[in-house]
Amino acid sequence: MNYEVVIGLEVHAELATRSKMFCGCPAVFGGQPNTQVCPVCLGLPGVLPVPNRRAVEFAIRAALALNCAVASVTRFDRKNYFYPDLPKAYQISQYQHPLAKGGYVGIATPAGPKRVTIQRLHLEEDTGKLLHLPGGDSLVDLNRAGVPLMEIVSEPELSSPQEARDYLMQLKAVLEYTGVSDVRMEEGSLRCDVNVSLRPAGSAELGNLVEVKNLNSFRAVQRALEHEVERQRALLEANRRVVRETRHWDEASGTTFATRSKEEAHDYRYFPEPDLLPLEISPEWVEQIRSQLPELPGKRRRRLVDEDGLPEHDAAVLTASKRMADLYDACRAGYPDPKTVSNWLMGELARLLNATGRDLSQVPLTAEHLIGMWRLMDQGVLSGKLAKAVFEEMFRTGKDAATVVREQGASQISDEAQLAAVVERVVAANPKVVADFRGGKEQALGFLVGQVMRETRGRANPELANRLLRDQLRPG
Amino acid sequence: MELTRLTARELGGQLIRGEVSAQEAVQAYLDRIAVVEARVQAFLQRDPEGASSQAVAVDERRAAGEDMGPLAGVPMALKDNLCTRHLPTTCASRILEGFRPPYDATVTARLRAAGTVLLGKTNLDEFAMGSSSENSGFFPTRNPWDLERVPGGSSAGSAAAVAAREVAFALGSDTGGSVRQPAAFCGVVGMKPTYGRVSRYGLVAFASSLDQVGTLTRDVADCALVLAAICGVDPLDATSAREAVPDFPALLEGGVRGLTLGVPREYLGQGVEPGVRENVRRAIAALEDLGARAEECSLPHTEYALSTYYLIAPAEASSNLARYDGIRYGRPAAHDDLLSLYGNTRREGFGPEVRRRIMLGTYALSAGYYDAYYLKALRVRTLIRQDFLRAFERYDLLVTPTSPTVAFPLGERTRDPLQMYLADVCTVPVSLAGLPAVSLPAGLSGGLPVGLQIIGRPFDEATVLRAAYALEQGAFWTRTPPPEEVGA
Repeated sequence: MNYEVVIGLEVHAELATRSKMFCGCPAVFGGQPNTQVCPVCLGLPGVLPVPNRRAVEFAIRAALALNCAVASVTRFDRKNYFYPDLPKAYQISQYQHPLAKGGYVGIATPAGPKRVTIQRLHLEEDTGKLLHLPGGDSLVDLNRAGVPLMEIVSEPELSSPQEARDYLMQLKAVLEYTGVSDVRMEEGSLRCDVNVSLRPAGSAELGNLVEVKNLNSFRAVQRALEHEVERQRALLEANRRVVRETRHWDEASGTTFATRSKEEAHDYRYFPEPDLLPLEISPEWVEQIRSQLPELPGKRRRRLVDEDGLPEHDAAVLTASKRMADLYDACRAGYPDPKTVSNWLMGELARLLNATGRDLSQVPLTAEHLIGMWRLMDQGVLSGKLAKAVFEEMFRTGKDAATVVREQGASQISDEAQLAAVVERVVAANPKVVADFRGGKEQALGFLVGQVMRETRGRANPELANRLLRDQLRPG
Repeated sequence: MELTRLTARELGGQLIRGEVSAQEAVQAYLDRIAVVEARVQAFLQRDPEGASSQAVAVDERRAAGEDMGPLAGVPMALKDNLCTRHLPTTCASRILEGFRPPYDATVTARLRAAGTVLLGKTNLDEFAMGSSSENSGFFPTRNPWDLERVPGGSSAGSAAAVAAREVAFALGSDTGGSVRQPAAFCGVVGMKPTYGRVSRYGLVAFASSLDQVGTLTRDVADCALVLAAICGVDPLDATSAREAVPDFPALLEGGVRGLTLGVPREYLGQGVEPGVRENVRRAIAALEDLGARAEECSLPHTEYALSTYYLIAPAEASSNLARYDGIRYGRPAAHDDLLSLYGNTRREGFGPEVRRRIMLGTYALSAGYYDAYYLKALRVRTLIRQDFLRAFERYDLLVTPTSPTVAFPLGERTRDPLQMYLADVCTVPVSLAGLPAVSLPAGLSGGLPVGLQIIGRPFDEATVLRAAYALEQGAFWTRTPPPEEVGA
């Protein structure tokens, strides 16, 4: 039988505010355990929450960027459950009256563009973290408790793991572009739970839904979904039932396993948070925030395709991260050729970022560096090969291209007299190879060019070396 | 004259004029406590050393010429659900035994800034749940008028300490009557301000949408003075109101001429002791003699108030008290795993009434019951508030008994929670509506104080106080000076 895959995503993004959601403690990542805490986020007796206006503003900004309708009155609710990482034994969240509803994210699918509906976007506070020790004890770190968190829930409208990943990439890009979140999955500032079910193609009813947790990277989201789809398909094809449950993704084995979920056992007893008044969001405030929205990834992608003539794929890769897209724009402002810019960013830069495991923000490289390097190439000072070496040095040290070239003596030797002397030496030192070439063995020339490059430590202009060697070896 | 016989205002005046030092005042109160506390048992903790050093500091600042305000050097006490930095704050619960908050409640900080001297923390029904102090996790407080009777509750220790002259004034908290009812039972003045008037920051939460810090004082002028020191918006409490705070002490005079009083008939019907009813009617007549016009009126949803309250307050309490799990503070019980840590700590740490209310509230919020109980209670709460607001279109103030009875004997109601709940039947509706109300003495019945409750419009404490002051000054029979001897 043919099955249809139905996927929905629940994304949590920590907001990049300076302070926590309901107190003045710093909301930054890291820090010694339990150093970024106060009576309020420790949930001591008698304390009260005071909402962080900036967090509300960030959530509105994200909601607008995701095409949501922002509520004119929104309210906080208490979600009650016991867990040692939850100091008040309730999480201040939003249940009945979320901050925003009904947005969408556009993704590209093989069948064409698709809008994925966002059901709701709401604000809440993060929990602390538990550290489980080998002996069975657990330690509690409440630095994260109370950090503003935004929950974004999609409708179950995604029909493949690839679509889920694309949706998540787009969502991440929007959150990054709007500056509301650091969106670092590895630091937990972006978290994703998925729910997935299969149903016979054409059926209107949803199959039994499985929630998968512990997805710490985009790749994990896609892999876990692929695994889960296959697992469920196998069950259904064997005429077995899919159990409605929460499963845990295990990265190492590439499988999911069932957990006794705290969710299942719980009735959260949501009720309006009596310590906070309903929050009124004036249309003026919303419009003010809307007017300050930056150019969003979708629009930027179109611009790269329509104005710079880049292929769809390249435009999508370059705009998936705001820093990369900003770097592209800055390069383009000082350099006329879009193809060169996109090739270097998607090629060498992406390669080095990948190899070093770093983020663009952690690299001293600037657009000016790149533009300087391309100009030196255009002037024939740098060969493509040399440029790669210079680029690595710029990437590493933050020096500009001219400095690197000067310091390393890395500029190309294009001076004919200087190179001719080297060519003569090489020819004299390799009589056998020279004879082979003269005997008609064309490949032998490559070896000689290589020797010239070696003598000059790669600085010889290869075309010039090639020509000079041919001149030298031309019979008679 | 014995210093402890002075009101806070009188003592404050003597301190300002240098007729007495703060150290002398504190010593006088410590002496008084030494005599009567063993019988009254108003305090959970006393802090004589801290009080003495605060008094020294006040005297030094005064000597240096600093203008310290009318309450500087005046000894007082705080209900033990108001956080005090580095001093135990237990809510009279075993579960918080040994807990010392690292911070001051906003009212604590404001009274410190006013230079008042904290003598100690007073007893209460555990987590402010009760009407007699018999739910204290440690011991009951006695009524200074009759040691075999309850002082009311839950601000039992605060009311008893003021009545027994162990402090010049005290703060309590009022969720459904916890300041007003013990004030009535102990013959002192108890004010619950409008919800939002006083910051709740540092008041350990019982039912957040109802809790309000209140005052317990010897007379109405003291009430105005203390209120002025603690009211006002607080950036740490998002529900505290931005309303301007009037100069309460300056607005006491003016009398009741021209005021229209509503007397809701539902509050004088069945269950009200004849002695209470007579005294309340007499007080109303006295107010009429002073120039007010009184008229019977109706608040038709009154009969639903108690049930509504006993859904909303426990629902909020079930959530507010969930944090007491023995992990971060308080005493964890013996346990094998996480679940038994929670279960054992809470079973051992909470008393029966607290456990009862947590269960009631958990039930009312549960899936499948929420709409029928909690949501419906919220709707009735709106109706009750509308009753009041409609009445206030016609009347400036409403006047009722504070409690249907005078102080009852210790042990009389402990076996029947519903009987206990009835002690708050006159105060609970006012709390649900979030209105300001004062309880002031209205004479004695069978040798025990009767309380008169005067209810005002939202944020109109000034008119409530003006009427209370007029009655206190104009009808001397209403006043119940503290009993001469406690339990002698």
